[in-house]
Amino acid sequence: MSTAADLDMRVPSGTTLLNGWGRTAPSAAHVVAPASAGEVAAVLSGAGKAGGAVPRGLGRSYGDAAQCAGGVVISSGRLDRVLGWDPDSGTLRAGAGASLDALMRQFVPRGWFVPVTPGTRHVSLGGAVAADIHGKNHHGDGSFGRYVQSLTLVSPTGAHRLSPGDDDAGSYWATVGGMGMTGLVTDVSLRLIAIETAYMRVDTERADNLDEVMSRMTDSDADFRYSVAWIDCLAKGARLGRGVLTGAEHAQLADLPARLRGQPHAFAPRQRLDVPFTAPGGLLNPLTVAAFNELWFRKAPRRRQGEILSLAAFFHPLDGVGSWNRLYGRRGFLQYQFVVPHAGSEVVRRALEALGAAGVPSFLAVLKRFGPRDPAPLSFPIEGWTLALDIPVGARRLGAVLDDVDEMVAAAGGRVYLAKDARLRPELLPVMYPELDHWRARCRVLDPEGIMTSDLGRRLGWLEANPA
Amino acid sequence: MNDALGMPQTAVVVGATSDIARSIVRELAGRRLSKVVLTGRDEARLDAVDEEVAALGIATHTKVLDVTDVAAHSAFVKRAADALGQVDLVVMAVGALEPDGPEPPGPVETAELFATNCTGPAALLTAFAKLLCDQGQGRLLVLSSVAAVRVRRVNYPYGASKAGLDAFAQGLSMGLEGTGASVVIVRPGWVATRLTEGRAPAPFATTPDAVARDVAAALERGTSVVWSPPVLRFVFGALQFLPRALWRRLPS
Ligand SMILES: Cc1cc2nc3c(=O)[nH]c(=O)nc-3n(C[C@H](O)[C@H](O)[C@H](O)COP(=O)(O)OP(=O)(O)OC[C@H]3O[C@@H](n4cnc5c(N)ncnc54)[C@H](O)[C@@H]3O)c2cc1C
Ligand SMILES: NC(=O)c1ccc[n+]([C@@H]2O[C@H](COP(=O)([O-])OP(=O)(O)OC[C@H]3O[C@@H](n4cnc5c(N)ncnc54)[C@H](OP(=O)(O)O)[C@@H]3O)[C@@H](O)[C@H]2O)c1
Repeated sequence: MSTAADLDMRVPSGTTLLNGWGRTAPSAAHVVAPASAGEVAAVLSGAGKAGGAVPRGLGRSYGDAAQCAGGVVISSGRLDRVLGWDPDSGTLRAGAGASLDALMRQFVPRGWFVPVTPGTRHVSLGGAVAADIHGKNHHGDGSFGRYVQSLTLVSPTGAHRLSPGDDDAGSYWATVGGMGMTGLVTDVSLRLIAIETAYMRVDTERADNLDEVMSRMTDSDADFRYSVAWIDCLAKGARLGRGVLTGAEHAQLADLPARLRGQPHAFAPRQRLDVPFTAPGGLLNPLTVAAFNELWFRKAPRRRQGEILSLAAFFHPLDGVGSWNRLYGRRGFLQYQFVVPHAGSEVVRRALEALGAAGVPSFLAVLKRFGPRDPAPLSFPIEGWTLALDIPVGARRLGAVLDDVDEMVAAAGGRVYLAKDARLRPELLPVMYPELDHWRARCRVLDPEGIMTSDLGRRLGWLEANPA
Repeated sequence: MNDALGMPQTAVVVGATSDIARSIVRELAGRRLSKVVLTGRDEARLDAVDEEVAALGIATHTKVLDVTDVAAHSAFVKRAADALGQVDLVVMAVGALEPDGPEPPGPVETAELFATNCTGPAALLTAFAKLLCDQGQGRLLVLSSVAAVRVRRVNYPYGASKAGLDAFAQGLSMGLEGTGASVVIVRPGWVATRLTEGRAPAPFATTPDAVARDVAAALERGTSVVWSPPVLRFVFGALQFLPRALWRRLPS
């Protein structure tokens, strides 16, 4: 599959207009695709004069994280080889540009799966590290940074071999969740998990309002390795926050129907559809979205147990439609994701109410409970509730409503996800990420001249001592 | 940087003493604007605006500049870029009307009017366009006018000079495609400001604050031409087809 995002980053050199998955705020930069750690170092040594540099994987962050207006964008696209595999420990070593899609296609048929997967397979190993991504198993398993054994980082000061076990300088955990600001990760050693089949055993349950969704999740989370709820943001009043809970485990061989047992590790997901052009604005409006959400809620069973789904159908349903982000039209869309500690769980309801009152149309939102956090200062997941929603740009008062929700989130000790942010007020960054100073000091050691920079970083002023 | 909702953090305001420009700065200050460079011809008036903008909690730099002084443009652009780091938005608000009266302006006044409304701004926009291209992002907000759409018998020199600027901005906009830099053209109707003080309002008259709100909405939606109030787009769409004989006799 080659999407617009893939093509963008395979341009070897020249000025290219880049944007994130949400297709907002594009900016132009020189894109280079080094083929080795040595070439990365050479690019970084020239990047200071050329307006700074940022790494870019597959461009699946929603906002401006992998952009560097007027500077250099270093694509990891040519660092995509598998470099080593130890079947005894299940440890894989691969270039940071390798996609989770490619790794799954190679290793699922051998009985191995990635320890953490986001809602799309089309992310790179480097992007997974830099955003410290989380999956539906965060409540028990934590985020991506825990499963890395070691990685190579090429920072402006040179190449460093980093690992979580030996991190006195804090460089490893500054890189995990560090959004590319410590340098470019060139390869990653990752522990995979063994799976008996390429299928999931899924329980589904419908809940009629937010309280029910949250209390059932709290009660049943521990019973499942993977757990998530989909929320209908447009349901109001007594039905506010109605949703569908899913809990799942990797299926055992004995769980599979006879016809699947012959090839229990078959894994060859296909993209069934492509969106060939940008849809006209207005296709997704409060009416069409509400109709979709209603249909989807009614279609879900009140309760169903033990359904067998493929890995792709359970984890990556959206990957079945290529370039689906174009459905949001020319103006693009935002993904807004926040987390609040358990004590602030009321914010979930207040956020849904505020967005509903402003008539902001959102497709299904995803609600999940996070488990304990990583030691990474800029890693997003902290213990508590996280809510993620897709919102088309263009709704009136959208900026003001999201600013209000940001304030609630910050006041509750929560934060928004930087891999998805495209509009946060910079003053809130140090409130949401109180270890920002600590992280910045680590970055300064690896990049004393401040060569690493991105549109996201400039917008949030995170490398300035006092954000503007 | 401009964010996903089109909101700039920094701006250069050329013609910062303009009532419409002041309203735009106030509107954007409530969003993400935090640093500006303000320019004007008159130091005292500029200082008053500087104080007003600083009171909004915005970091300001001021520079006296006459937009017709083309030789001073490139040094000014460099200074503005140094002061702001990234220039997210350039507001081109300079404009002048010919004196109210039955006589059209003479040759010298006509040339001056074009220098102020058209050639000066076009030259400075060219210099800023180059900067924004190098930056890989940024927007040029050009205050045109509905008067540019179809030139009227009264104040046709103003209308013609604005038509020149409007057409220039359209061309610039096409030329910038793919660079990350872009142009937004604003076409207000009659706005109650220092410029129109003492003159009879036209139909659909509006206020600087209302224009500023329309501008912010357009930045947010990524619109490239802003009519303010929005209904004028349809009014002038229709007026285009009015026969010349009738149009000529239209009251001012
Ligand atoms: C449909 C969809 C579903 C998603 N679901 C989830 C989810 O469930 N959970 C979750 O956590 N995230 C999710 N995401 C977000 C996504 O996982 C992250 O944004 C991830 O970082 C994208 O990886 P990428 O390779 O596309 O990185 P890019 O978007 O290209 O870059 C993201 C950041 O990583 C940095 N970076 C990239 N490569 C390197 C490198 N080699 N070295 C150093 N820094 C690097 C970039 O500088 C940038 O700051 C989802 C995204 C989409 C589009
Ligand atoms: N008001 C309306 O009805 C209306 C309608 C459509 C379009 N517009 C346009 O909107 C823009 C702003 O107008 P406004 O209504 O806000 O009027 P305004 O308050 O009179 O502002 C005009 C601005 O132009 C500046 N200026 C004039 N000549 C200049 C020169 N040679 N060099 C530098 N600056 C110069 C003035 O600066 P000084 O302080 O130095 O004089 C002032 O800042 C103008 O482009 C105007 O044409 C206005």
